Amino acid sequence: MTEASAKNLLALCLDTMETEQIHIRVNGRPVTVAAGTLLAVAIAQAGETSFRHSVRNESRGPLCGMGVCNECRVTVNGQLHIRSCLTPCEEGMDVRTQ
Amino acid sequence: MAEHHDIVIVGAGIVGAACAAECARAGLKVLVLDRGCVGGGATGSCMGHVVVMSDSEAQFALTSYSRRLWLELRPNLPPDVEYEICGTLWVAADEEEMAEVYRKHKFYSERGVRVELFDGAGVRAAEPNLRPGMAGGLRVVDDGVLYPPCAARFLLDRARENRAEVRLGVAVRELLAEGGVLLEDGSRISAGLSVNAAGAWSPSLTRGLPVRKRKGHLVITDRYPGFVHHQIVELGYLKSAHSMTADSVAFNVQPRKTGQLLVGSSRQFDAEGAEVEQPILSRMLQRAMEYMPGIGRLSAIRAWTGHRPATPDKLPIIGPSVESERIWMATGHEGLGITTSLGTARLLADLILGRKPEIPAEPYLPARLAAKMSHHD
Amino acid sequence: MAASQQIDFDIVVVGAGPAGIAAAVVAAGAGRRVAVLDNTPWPGGAIWRSPKAQPDSARARRWLERMHNSGALLFCKTTVFAAPAPHALLAETPEGTMELRWGQLVLAVGARELFLPFPGWTLPNVFGVGGLQTLVKAGWPIAGKRVIVAGSGPLLLAVAADLRRQGAEIVSVNEQACAGRVLRFGAALPWLAPTKLFQAIACKYRLLGVPYRLGCWPISAQGDGRVESVTLTNGRKIWNESCDYLACAFGLAPNLELPRLLGCKVENGFVKVNEWQETSAPDVYCAGEPAGIGGMELALIEGQIAGFSATGRRGMAQRLFQMRRRALRFSAALERAFSLRTELRELARGDTIVCRCEDVPRQQLEAYGDLHAAKLQTRCGMGPCQGRICGGALHFMFGWESDNVRPPLLPVQINSLAACDGRAGGGDVSNQVQTQKS
Repeated sequence: MTEASAKNLLALCLDTMETEQIHIRVNGRPVTVAAGTLLAVAIAQAGETSFRHSVRNESRGPLCGMGVCNECRVTVNGQLHIRSCLTPCEEGMDVRTQ
Repeated sequence: MAEHHDIVIVGAGIVGAACAAECARAGLKVLVLDRGCVGGGATGSCMGHVVVMSDSEAQFALTSYSRRLWLELRPNLPPDVEYEICGTLWVAADEEEMAEVYRKHKFYSERGVRVELFDGAGVRAAEPNLRPGMAGGLRVVDDGVLYPPCAARFLLDRARENRAEVRLGVAVRELLAEGGVLLEDGSRISAGLSVNAAGAWSPSLTRGLPVRKRKGHLVITDRYPGFVHHQIVELGYLKSAHSMTADSVAFNVQPRKTGQLLVGSSRQFDAEGAEVEQPILSRMLQRAMEYMPGIGRLSAIRAWTGHRPATPDKLPIIGPSVESERIWMATGHEGLGITTSLGTARLLADLILGRKPEIPAEPYLPARLAAKMSHHD
Repeated sequence: MAASQQIDFDIVVVGAGPAGIAAAVVAAGAGRRVAVLDNTPWPGGAIWRSPKAQPDSARARRWLERMHNSGALLFCKTTVFAAPAPHALLAETPEGTMELRWGQLVLAVGARELFLPFPGWTLPNVFGVGGLQTLVKAGWPIAGKRVIVAGSGPLLLAVAADLRRQGAEIVSVNEQACAGRVLRFGAALPWLAPTKLFQAIACKYRLLGVPYRLGCWPISAQGDGRVESVTLTNGRKIWNESCDYLACAFGLAPNLELPRLLGCKVENGFVKVNEWQETSAPDVYCAGEPAGIGGMELALIEGQIAGFSATGRRGMAQRLFQMRRRALRFSAALERAFSLRTELRELARGDTIVCRCEDVPRQQLEAYGDLHAAKLQTRCGMGPCQGRICGGALHFMFGWESDNVRPPLLPVQINSLAACDGRAGGGDVSNQVQTQKS
């Protein structure tokens, strides 16, 4: 792939992303979001406040918004400890708060 | 300064702490000194297992004696010591290693250590995340894991209850033949006798002591409760542990009470630095993934190194030094310091007080290494 | 086992924020083979990053476009986690581990917010200031929600104004720095940084009707399952305000982990750089916040200087020195005006969690004299944030210095840590134009 055609493909992707909707599940409930939406945002849009439980079982949610604090960790497709503030949604994701 | 103690112990790691607790319990006035914090050496960087080993009679005697003492102590341990009796699962990758499993099974059974034999299916049922095709394994039922820095602190607290004093941030330059220690700042503390429990640094206090630093790497993961149930060790661990020259890795994984996995193990001589070395770290992790492929997807949150204090014959050095009856040794525990700390402390106290030790002390006496020490000078 | 990709570059830039983008544009402009790495899904850094790579500000769009046209290769979702050999970096990517060999390295790794613990700071819907802004920019529903903004720094006003524009109801903005200092700072803006003055006025205009209090700070947050109210004080009175969100942070702290791992000298809490943005480590440059908190303008200037320096064009770099001097004066004034008051050291009560990863409260930590001892006994700082959140607080509260830095610099999969034996490989750049996957 040449650089020029890669750029064209990129532009096409960006255009497509403008309108594409993505379907995921948050704690078993179906949620529809725009393509490119961060998982953390989708979880908030789904109405969840608690993203995970701490060592002493306190509810926690995102703090830093930039992948440093690790408070936004959720389980995605069975894999634990995914930082939702750095993860864009993908079609079919099964998301569980921890 | 006119302070006087019966015993000055240099080193506030697990061995020094255990010795302090035992000697204080016996009524001796104990002072513990450490240039750093509690458990800042191998104690703070190790895997924290409590295991019975079968590689020699002397190793078996000390580890089984010590494990019994740990199990007796367990009800008194605070929660942050996290002493879990998860058992050790020795795993055999092939028939040659399985032969070793049978030998171990016989060895432990004959000596009354509870073990369970597994075939390939059984070992995977015991640990579903092991790769298929394992030949089998041996579970040592009453082995366990704990969190060593808190265990060392507990033992020092015990010692303090019996009038012991602990001074941290105090560096010792020399153990004095007439009893006591000379500090780095030039001052002296007099004592009936001093104990070198400085682990990997013990040769700096006792010149010529044949203790070498054996570097190890470890990785800890995020929390994955239930991924691993036992401490799991490959039988190749024994080959790795016994090699005296080559850098080696051997699969060894431990569940922590937190649900985190501790992944090891590696061994290097002549690697004095504390830095994490990518080549051996990656070899170690690749080895782990060969046994448990699922480990690859787990999140590794920290890696670190430590130095085990290793002796030429793989046995610790416990007892009166050859130079002076007022200088004693409790060091050289390599990869079994946590396990054998309690047995070491009992032996040391018994020898100091002239009591008959529960197990023969000869294999661990400093004198046995005297010939080796003269080669070092 | 070798890394799944081993690639050589003349210049590697770590961090695709303003400083990194500027360095990459300049370096690629000299015809060098340049890579820009960022561990987030999109370029722009904390200040410009947004999905679809379409940030709001025209300036950001211009710089991003210049980067896309420059020939520099952008690798997003790429996390540098080790520096196993001189001139080598290991990074985790969605496709596997990448080993990058670099001739010159520009560290543009930015800053994170400084969090100070107080009762209730761990409740859901308590965010950082920049943290909440980042999430709201990415679509976090804020319209109609009551937000209290607190902490320190000009970011408070900028974020409050932005949030209000997105439909949030800003209850109040509470700056801990006292009125005297902030007003003196404001009064100096016309000659110090006229554009910033304009921005400040614009912010204040957008926040008409919103109390902007100086010399006020939060003493606790309360709520059932999430924050519902915040108790504030000015040192004399105490009062409560109800809210849905609390955005609170006390300024910015530089990301020093990678610079320290590479052996860069750190002085007064920042990476020490000379006039060419060179660090003490050979062939390693640093630009932007890690060298001193100074915002976007300074980051752009320093990034360009680093790019020119790294490509042997010191003459071009020198032309930016005067602009940098002015921006540095602003940055110094910022630090003086918004320095943190001592009362903030005592906000955390004995049972207030200080280490959020391991739930370690203050009272457990007070028994120790340094971080190393406290860590071993309490496991404070041993969680996935690797001490980034509690470390700044412990430094401010107790004067504790952080421990040595080791790989992995950030949590990575065991796969990634295992993938390289660290021996320098090398290879042609083959079909490595990274399309930005959504």
